[in-house]
Amino acid sequence: MILVLAYAAVLLSFASGLLALMMNQRHTLLALREHGFKKYPDSAERYRYMIDSNLRERPYAHLLQQAVFVLLGLSGIFAALAGISVLLSKGVIIDHIGLGLPWLPWQVRFDSLSGFFYLIVGIAVLAVSLYGPGYVRAYEKSRHPFAVLGLFTGLFVAGMLLVLLADDAFFFMIAWELMSVASYFLVAFQHENPANRRAAFLYLLMAEVGALAIILGFGVLASFADGFTFAALREAPLSTSWASIAFVLALLGFGMKAGLVPVHVWLPEAHPVAPSHISALMSGVMLKVALYGFIRFCFDLLGDVHWQWGVVLLVLGTVCALGGILYAMMQTHLKRLLAYSSVENIGIIFMVLGLSMIFMANGHPHLAALGLLAALFHAFNHALFKNLLFLGAGIIHHQTHELNIDMLGGLIKRMPQTSMLFLIGCMSISSLPLFNGFVSEWLAFQTALQVDVLDNGVLRSLIPVAAAALALTAALAAACFVKVFGLIFLGLPRSRNSEKAHEVKNKGMLAGPALLACLCFLTGIFPGLIIGLINNVSDQLLGETLANDSALGWLWLAPISADQASYSPPLVLIGALLAGGVSFWYLRRNPARTLRSAATWDCGFGGLTARMQYSSSAFAMPFRRIFSNVWIIEERIDKDMQGALNQDVAAVHYQLHIQDHSWPRLYQPIERGVNKLARLVGRIQTGNIRVYLSYSFVTLIIMLWVIS
Amino acid sequence: MNWLIAVLQTSLFVALAPLLAGWIKWCKCHLQNRKAPSLLQPYRDLIKLTRKQPVVSEQASWLFIKAPYIIFSATVLAATVVPLIAVDLPTSATADVIVMVGFFAFARFFLALAGLDIGTAFGGMGSSREMTISSLAEPAMLMAIFTLTMTASTTNLSLAISHVLHEGLILRPSFVFALLALMLVGIAETGRIPVDNPATHLELTMIHEAMILEYSGRHLALIEWASQLKLMLYGVLIANIFLPWGIAESFSAEALGYGLLAIIGKLAFLAVLLAVAETLLAKMRLFRVQEFLSFAYLLGLLGMLSHIILEASR
Repeated sequence: MILVLAYAAVLLSFASGLLALMMNQRHTLLALREHGFKKYPDSAERYRYMIDSNLRERPYAHLLQQAVFVLLGLSGIFAALAGISVLLSKGVIIDHIGLGLPWLPWQVRFDSLSGFFYLIVGIAVLAVSLYGPGYVRAYEKSRHPFAVLGLFTGLFVAGMLLVLLADDAFFFMIAWELMSVASYFLVAFQHENPANRRAAFLYLLMAEVGALAIILGFGVLASFADGFTFAALREAPLSTSWASIAFVLALLGFGMKAGLVPVHVWLPEAHPVAPSHISALMSGVMLKVALYGFIRFCFDLLGDVHWQWGVVLLVLGTVCALGGILYAMMQTHLKRLLAYSSVENIGIIFMVLGLSMIFMANGHPHLAALGLLAALFHAFNHALFKNLLFLGAGIIHHQTHELNIDMLGGLIKRMPQTSMLFLIGCMSISSLPLFNGFVSEWLAFQTALQVDVLDNGVLRSLIPVAAAALALTAALAAACFVKVFGLIFLGLPRSRNSEKAHEVKNKGMLAGPALLACLCFLTGIFPGLIIGLINNVSDQLLGETLANDSALGWLWLAPISADQASYSPPLVLIGALLAGGVSFWYLRRNPARTLRSAATWDCGFGGLTARMQYSSSAFAMPFRRIFSNVWIIEERIDKDMQGALNQDVAAVHYQLHIQDHSWPRLYQPIERGVNKLARLVGRIQTGNIRVYLSYSFVTLIIMLWVIS
Repeated sequence: MNWLIAVLQTSLFVALAPLLAGWIKWCKCHLQNRKAPSLLQPYRDLIKLTRKQPVVSEQASWLFIKAPYIIFSATVLAATVVPLIAVDLPTSATADVIVMVGFFAFARFFLALAGLDIGTAFGGMGSSREMTISSLAEPAMLMAIFTLTMTASTTNLSLAISHVLHEGLILRPSFVFALLALMLVGIAETGRIPVDNPATHLELTMIHEAMILEYSGRHLALIEWASQLKLMLYGVLIANIFLPWGIAESFSAEALGYGLLAIIGKLAFLAVLLAVAETLLAKMRLFRVQEFLSFAYLLGLLGMLSHIILEASR
């Protein structure tokens, strides 16, 4: 039954993709109608009006778009239901589909780990499908066909769901490639812009290199196992060194998809150019599928983890988290900023996974379960709030045609509902108490603070430093999202577009983000619900669950014991309401002293303009100066001179370019190496047919000699 | 009963905060050969502000008007967590020390947003600088606090303080480092000299004042009160974590009275220290603050390492 739900989710997303193809088939349907009317003249009279009205060009397009998104939404609902039910049943469901290789039908396994990620995908797809119909209206006027968008969205979702179901290496890779290639077409959707084509190609290239690394990783396991099913791979007797090689390959392959530094460079290129609801899916969900792959590979297939791997993850995750948020801080393009912030969050997740591995390898499975819980919970939270923020960015773009933070401002009065939803997203991602981001970060800190149980002195001093880096990351994230919300929604509008903006009319475009915002708040107040579900995952994966101290009751969160740490968000919420309510009531009781509004204080000079406000680069300037080694900064100030001796400054031009270190340090040397190699190979290509014939001849002689 | 005491303690916290601010001002005035205002002057200022009609900019949104209430509530919530006169409070279990840092972050988030809301250069400047300083201060603060929580193996402040109390007077090198680190962080976070000067309104130097420049009336009163409360919170944290003796362990009237006297004495002493430091030091340039805070972080790290190397059980 549960499996039927899971299959239904996959089939519905396929169906939504195929239905989108009908977009260009209106004429076929018209012909079919004529045929039908001729055949059944009596019923034709009855339905003629209905069919005709629906088949006119505009209603047809709208109806079809609605239908495509309804199917996608159903797929999301089924996926979420399947995920929850398998998590609650704690079972493992095994099946196979009669497709694939003759001797290896596609193996399917639906267990708690896949179920949890099914839930993430399901919620995100549901929110996107509520949001989508309103958003894709904007593409009607342009030349971008909805058929392409709908088809590849369906395939992309189906690919992600199939990855989660796969139980053998072949099926896994096929689903993985379906996901990668479908999302390539989505990134390249607005292909008339060369920068978008370049971003899409970069994405495809890195996705394929990553896929190669994953195939090699499976290959290492498979060479020791008999067969390609995960069951066989799990039994593979690996030496430590081969297991480490497989781990490194998996880290490279899955890390490339997840956006770990330094293989993250596709992320800030590809996410901004895709349509917003697709960026939401890619950033919120696809990165999580990569995470799923990594957890499945390391914790499930490899089995015995080593603490050195944990250290690698910890260091890499810390670098990734700090680097991600520092780069995000410097961006002025909203979606690029959000993409870099995904790098940060993935870094946090990998860091906590590293802690989990360290504790696992040192024989503290209950602490490993705590780490895994924090990592999975943060993955869930990140899927919610990043999805929310990307959908919000889509609304802003839809209403103002602007994504440059420096050109926005003052939207809180023009778009009150959107601003409220976006504020909730910003508060969650800045990990403020009462919201979900805080709970996972709190759990991460609790994991790191258990370091006293370890014997290794290096680890005992490394982990608190990583925890302090996590604190720095959280504080920088808060600064970054103060900048984002403050510059976009507060202050005065910095451009005509943002001055003219108004609230989005389509209710669905608000309903999708509203669903996510509610979930952000609910999981922040009642984290126990999600933790209960994740406990089943760690039970299956590590054989250990978290003993949430039940003496305190379900309102409390006490991951280790009530003596060590506890947190009760509902009581905190009550306290906050009390404190806020009392002060509000006390100070507002006298109606005579209501607010008086007056002009902003302008130091007596008059004429405050929107250009006098702080801009994005001004806000981030102290950070740019303090952490100046993190970026490659090119700052140029040009002055236009005029007047008698050319001494008066007429205008000042300020230019700021901030670049990622990974391009000149890592990718350009690789590019140069490839070019050099190509030139070397080019030497033997003379373009002369006789030389080529002699090559063939010599090869033939050598072959014959080898064979004989 | 426990809950009642917790609520009473929080009210005491809120009520005493302006007194501490008045005391610091009194000490500073005397150190600088000025005539001091009455100790109760901060209360009079707050009452005066609540009676005035607030003037709000035409550009302000709802966030600007609600932010003072949010900032004040978040700071009060942080105060519920910190044991003032008695340990073993139920409120310390609802939120531990990491959540307390989270409450500060919550208040700061809205303060910075309120600074950006009007759309003046001052507000933006204040917000940007405040977020910079706080993001550098937070790791240093957590490093110092982690030293304590790892020693006591709990992040629950009440339990940690009882742990220190029961261990007796042991000279721990890690605690000395953590104490210094927390003091430096406290100075930076509460906007005192040498990081920020609460008395200045000079454009180029102000940080906290720049953000709240547009506030008036009861809104300003709430924000001022919240920052006085924050100063007192840091004082109580330093006093009660590192010198917890005197704090009440039972809820008898006698013990609570001693606890009150003890904390008043400790805070008065810390305030004198602060006043002396503020009199002796000059405010530093904004881009020296990172060195100040990285020094605090370094102290915190040294505390952590000396805990791990010298003191941990194995």
